[in-house]
Amino acid sequence: MRDQLNILVNGKPVTVPPGTLVAAAVAQAGVSSFHTSVHHEPRGPLCGMGVCFECCVTINGQAYSRSCLTLCEEGMEVQTNG
Amino acid sequence: MQKLNPTFDIIIVGAGVVGAACAAECARAGLKVLVLDRGPVGGGTTGAGMGHLVVMDDSEAQFALTRYSRELWNNLAPDLPKAIEYVQCGTLWVAADDQEMAEVHRKASFYTQRGVRVEVLDAAGVAAAEPNLRPDLVGGLRVVEDAVLYPPCAARWLIELALARKAQVRTGTAVTALLPEGGVVLADGSRLSAGAVVNAAGPWSPALHPGLPVRKRKGHLVVTGRYPGYVHHQIVELGYLKSAHAVGTDSVACNVQPRQTGQVLIGSSRQYNAEGTEINTPILQRMLRRALEYMPGLGRLTVTRCWTGHRAATPDKLPLIGPIPGNNKLWLATGHEGLGITTCLGTGRLLADLLLKRPTEIPAEPYAPARLLRALETKPQECAIS
Repeated sequence: MRDQLNILVNGKPVTVPPGTLVAAAVAQAGVSSFHTSVHHEPRGPLCGMGVCFECCVTINGQAYSRSCLTLCEEGMEVQTNG
Repeated sequence: MQKLNPTFDIIIVGAGVVGAACAAECARAGLKVLVLDRGPVGGGTTGAGMGHLVVMDDSEAQFALTRYSRELWNNLAPDLPKAIEYVQCGTLWVAADDQEMAEVHRKASFYTQRGVRVEVLDAAGVAAAEPNLRPDLVGGLRVVEDAVLYPPCAARWLIELALARKAQVRTGTAVTALLPEGGVVLADGSRLSAGAVVNAAGPWSPALHPGLPVRKRKGHLVVTGRYPGYVHHQIVELGYLKSAHAVGTDSVACNVQPRQTGQVLIGSSRQYNAEGTEINTPILQRMLRRALEYMPGLGRLTVTRCWTGHRAATPDKLPLIGPIPGNNKLWLATGHEGLGITTCLGTGRLLADLLLKRPTEIPAEPYAPARLLRALETKPQECAIS
């Protein structure tokens, strides 16, 4: 098993230990607005358990994915929409 | 019995979109209106529905009311607040085989003869209009001026119109009985009198009018996250006509709607004898499989919520609008099944015109309660709608 995983958040390399949630990796990349509300307000993780959908990002091209429920994988590409 | 001076000209039971439209029209005519609802505005069938403004052609009467009402909505469009999310996206009826394509041509001719704008699309036309539909569809019919909106905000807006016209509205106030002499009994036992009472309680209307031929018809809906541009029209499979008419059996049909937020609303299902509000997983699976047959990529979208609601269904698919036979104090505005968001405005106009003995703009007889019921018992009784 790898000691570290390398992913891209908005094109920027981020290195995290295995078992890290995408939400944590996005935060580690210094991004606070994960996506925007219908009224264009910034949104980020709130419930941390897949209910509020405020942490949604695009993961490997899959839009509106919950970053709080998804574990990082080697080579993953994450795009925030804030 | 003691004769009371009526406190209100009209009491409307039900603050869904139908009750709200009736209130707005009656108040506009200068009547003293009170709206009562045990829950919030638009909290029942209205809040559970899709919000499709659609001209339908099951019967001439259904066509007349849906076209009349859609015109009223479209005329209001410039004045609607943004929160209502009105979008004239059109309806796209899609044909999966030659038999359904024949239905496209029949509908096209029906609508065109009656002045409703439609466009017949071939397979390439459908693919261009909706790239996320499966590629082997035969064609479709675009009903250009159909629209969608967000029903609970539409109900709230109609209630606000009524309030601006001096109507009163009490939410969280349950009615337990209707008084044949004109009035209602509230849950706390108090009575309010009125010149006439309108039962606009949708699927719950029979609780106040035992014997009313209105049945609950359950539906499921699914909404996705925001994928702007994924769907452009309200897309309905023409197989829908077969399934929606299959009285007595559970049915599903592909019915997909674009929301202004970019969300995709996915329906539809129809079930009688299903009073509970819980999700029926086998029906939900059937409904989503049907939608996936038409839009295979839907399976990659994130679903944020599933819910159910109950429509108020009548045996002949037409609403009940008008007085109870033999009692001009008790009126009905219910039984709109899946078309209440479309037909609420026409219903409000017809009801106000009939109440005030004004000429109606379309014939009201097809919707008269007398067609389906004789005089109903309306003695005060404890039959709380809970």
